[in-house]
Amino acid sequence: MSEPELSHAGLNLGDTGELTQDQAENAIFGFWIFLMSDAVIFALLFATYGTMIASTVGGPTPASEFKLLPAFVETLLLLTSSATFGRATIAMKYDEPRRVLFGWLGATLGLGLVFLALEANDFATMFAHCAYPMRSGFLSSFFALVGLHGLHVAVACFWLVVMVGQVCAYGLDARVRINLLRLGLFWHLLDIVWIAIFSVVYLQGNIG
Amino acid sequence: MTVSVPLWPAVLGRFGWQDLPFVRVWENPTISEIIGAFAGALVVVGAVVVAALLTRYGKWRYLWTEWLTSLDHKKIGIMYIVVAFVMLSRALVEAVLMRMQQAVAIENPGFLTPDHFGQLFSTHGSIMIFFMAMPFLTGMINYVLPLQIGARDMAFPWANSIALWLTIGAAGLMMASLVVGEFSTGGWSGYPPYTERAFSPGVGVDYWIWAVTLGSIGSTMAGINIACTVYKLRAPGMRFMRMQMFAWTSLCTSILMIFAMPPLTVATLLLALDRYLGFHFFTNDLGGNMMNYANMFWLFGHPEVYILILPAFGVYSEVVSTFSTKDLYGYTSLVIATMAIAVLSFTVWVHHFFTMGQSANVNAAFGIATMTIGVPTGVKIYDWIWTMFRGEVRFTVPMLYALAFMMTFVLGGFTGIILAMPPLDYLVHNTLFLVAHFHNMLIPGLLYGMLAGYYYWFPKAFGFRLNERWGRIAFTCWVVGFYLAFFPLYVLGASGMARRTQAIFEPSFRPWLYVAGVGAFILLAALTSLGIQLWVSIRDRAKTQVEAGDPWDGRGLEWSVSAPPPEYNFAVLPLIDGRNPFYDHKHDEGQPDPYASPAAYEDIVLPRGSATSVVIGLAAAVAGFGLIWEIWGLTIVALQVIVAAVVLRSFGRDQHRTIPAAEVARAHEAWLTRVRATPAVPRQLETAAVNRGLAEIVA
Amino acid sequence: MSDRTRELRTYAIGYGLSLVLTVAAFAMVRWPSFGARAIFGIVLALGLIQMAVQFRCFLHISFKRSSRHDLQLILFSALIIALMVSGTLVILFNLRGRMMG
Repeated sequence: MSEPELSHAGLNLGDTGELTQDQAENAIFGFWIFLMSDAVIFALLFATYGTMIASTVGGPTPASEFKLLPAFVETLLLLTSSATFGRATIAMKYDEPRRVLFGWLGATLGLGLVFLALEANDFATMFAHCAYPMRSGFLSSFFALVGLHGLHVAVACFWLVVMVGQVCAYGLDARVRINLLRLGLFWHLLDIVWIAIFSVVYLQGNIG
Repeated sequence: MTVSVPLWPAVLGRFGWQDLPFVRVWENPTISEIIGAFAGALVVVGAVVVAALLTRYGKWRYLWTEWLTSLDHKKIGIMYIVVAFVMLSRALVEAVLMRMQQAVAIENPGFLTPDHFGQLFSTHGSIMIFFMAMPFLTGMINYVLPLQIGARDMAFPWANSIALWLTIGAAGLMMASLVVGEFSTGGWSGYPPYTERAFSPGVGVDYWIWAVTLGSIGSTMAGINIACTVYKLRAPGMRFMRMQMFAWTSLCTSILMIFAMPPLTVATLLLALDRYLGFHFFTNDLGGNMMNYANMFWLFGHPEVYILILPAFGVYSEVVSTFSTKDLYGYTSLVIATMAIAVLSFTVWVHHFFTMGQSANVNAAFGIATMTIGVPTGVKIYDWIWTMFRGEVRFTVPMLYALAFMMTFVLGGFTGIILAMPPLDYLVHNTLFLVAHFHNMLIPGLLYGMLAGYYYWFPKAFGFRLNERWGRIAFTCWVVGFYLAFFPLYVLGASGMARRTQAIFEPSFRPWLYVAGVGAFILLAALTSLGIQLWVSIRDRAKTQVEAGDPWDGRGLEWSVSAPPPEYNFAVLPLIDGRNPFYDHKHDEGQPDPYASPAAYEDIVLPRGSATSVVIGLAAAVAGFGLIWEIWGLTIVALQVIVAAVVLRSFGRDQHRTIPAAEVARAHEAWLTRVRATPAVPRQLETAAVNRGLAEIVA
Repeated sequence: MSDRTRELRTYAIGYGLSLVLTVAAFAMVRWPSFGARAIFGIVLALGLIQMAVQFRCFLHISFKRSSRHDLQLILFSALIIALMVSGTLVILFNLRGRMMG
């Protein structure tokens, strides 16, 4: 493993710190493994949702609860945030001015927070017509799946704030670069999980 | 089940006086309660005595800086194994109590109440799997793997320590359930709807949920760490196909941990959502489906079986090869078999619930998959037999365990084939036949392997050998005790005796239950012998020093360094040019001398110790404790402590320290000098006092 | 073309393709023109393609040697996930069919 450049979004470590390129490889690969383990958690919640989609027990159904427009807007927000994070990664890699990096990270954070606000609004709307998780197996599995994704986004937003703090404190040293890159992987993966959510949950709920 | 009045709900949550076993025994002094109170007292007294001894000898600081906060993979590995032995002791005593109850309670209520009996089989199973087997194998991998692949530490030392402390915290919750409250009566698998709040309102199931959840998160972290270590930290020239078998089985085990622990986490957390927030995943009403719990639990549970067994397979491969004085036969086939087992283990989980009610075709498919997995396992057995064939076999303790394993495990495999046939499984489902089968797999397939590894690598870890005689006594007790305790259960199970039975109404079962009871006592004697062996070995350690580091004429890289190894493992990272580089260098003409001084030394960077991992693991246990007792404030504070510790650590810099090349050179050269002064011993004398850890070269 | 431009273009392509695929999936449902099963099949296919696009363009997973370990990991994970999800669905639907039918 001694390629001249890191395989993941080409991290440029320069000669900034105690960590070598090899160690950066390890750090990123380990995080990939964690992400895959996390993906299994989501996969099982999807499977559970699939088996419980008909368990509405006379209560709210997918067709009655899922609206296409908010789901579409949330999808666009998350997709765009994934792209802006990618842009921030490039700003980091090519050592663009600090304000450019902060600008793109700030945009990503903003999009993530708006996404969370919209999702919270969706949940509140559902609660308003008695579609809460204690009502039926279907709603339990919906809130566990989509809620866990929302929790992940919230954690990612918190992490982003912490990373901005670290950039301020240490500049872009090797560890900050690695952790920003890991956060990037996390963020992109959350968008990929969301693709499955809008396809399986929201779109399926609106078919027919 | 306790019905206690909450004392001060705002601060103490659900806690009431009745939750203390000491109060319960005062109010209702039955034998069952006395045993419970005695166990609780033992935990308290044990903790107080340990704390007092540490204070008396002024060892707190040493313990804290050298061990608890250490990120050294070797110390973490040893601490895992200490946890495993402590928990093994408790769970084995519980097993003896259950055997006594069943031997006594024939047309008779016996001395344990059904509720107490239920807690015993639940804690016995949960502890043996999650807090004995998992820490034991994780600890062994932690200790041995980096040494075998020529690495200085694991890939993520800090995460390694967090995984350890999550396991310790979870084990702490198991112990706390003896002192405050009660444990689940839902078995180690915790099937709903029985474990839903409607049927089990007490704290017991919550103890089970949070202990298991923390343990499984710790195991996931350990798995990620091990896999990344094998993938990225192998010494120069150490190709995959040059790794020792134990490194291979560690890799496959870690992959199973990464993908099989999440289903358990999901199952327990969804059960928690049901219990705490009234969700309907596994309830009887409002669309819940308890069979999805069984499905997810065994999506974890079956790979888990191989998580437990594969490391032992690795140990046996090392042991059989070393003590047969031969290269491992069929290395490539063993590697392929290990990988095949790892993948196939994800395709057989339904055989744990053949009786659920799905169609015969589904059962047939999974029955066939189950039988298929026996094939690679058979390949392994043949490979070990061929390794011994025409070898110079030395019957040391680890080799004895390996031989006992091969015989016993194959017998268990035969009963597994019976259980893999759905029509036959219907007959013995949920009976003692099953209990006999999985003990027949896991005692030889896990415990013997871990004990063999413990004996085999102990001199490496501590610099002196374990007592051979007490080792043989312990071995005899483990084997005889196993056969007596579990083979009667096959008969009982085939005769229809259900597992987890508190009282028996069939007098003809009596003789079998008596024999099983005797077996349980012999197993207890086996554990005691291990304790005596350790004590005798420490007492006589001056006579069994093996500082040169190679007492068994070993093959892997781990034998090429001193015993105990320096904290950086290798003064100079070795260059690997074959499958058994150390052995070949020792024994082949014209190869470089493995004890030659290296040309140059370099500075070595190692992680500093960290208290944050201790804080995180214990805070997680406190958060769990708060959830169990519904002390929400405690949980919130503990979670904030975890977040703060992670963030603080991420802001920390200067978390490494450098050992200068000169210091490495001094230590290494001094050791080499002592090695040169060490008399070499032929293999035949390896258990004699002359063995100082340097193998004699036989041309 | 500099490395930076090339990388910017990769992200732009990924973003553009994802947008198109997303709009297509939502449009399939908003203005249905096939049977329900067919639409769901197409939506799932579009979702899988979009996942592949994002793995390629945002996460830089390719068949190049330098990301071989990651690719192996992801493919193995996909296998395990497929086993678990399909197994769960098949078994529990089979059970439901026999219980309710």
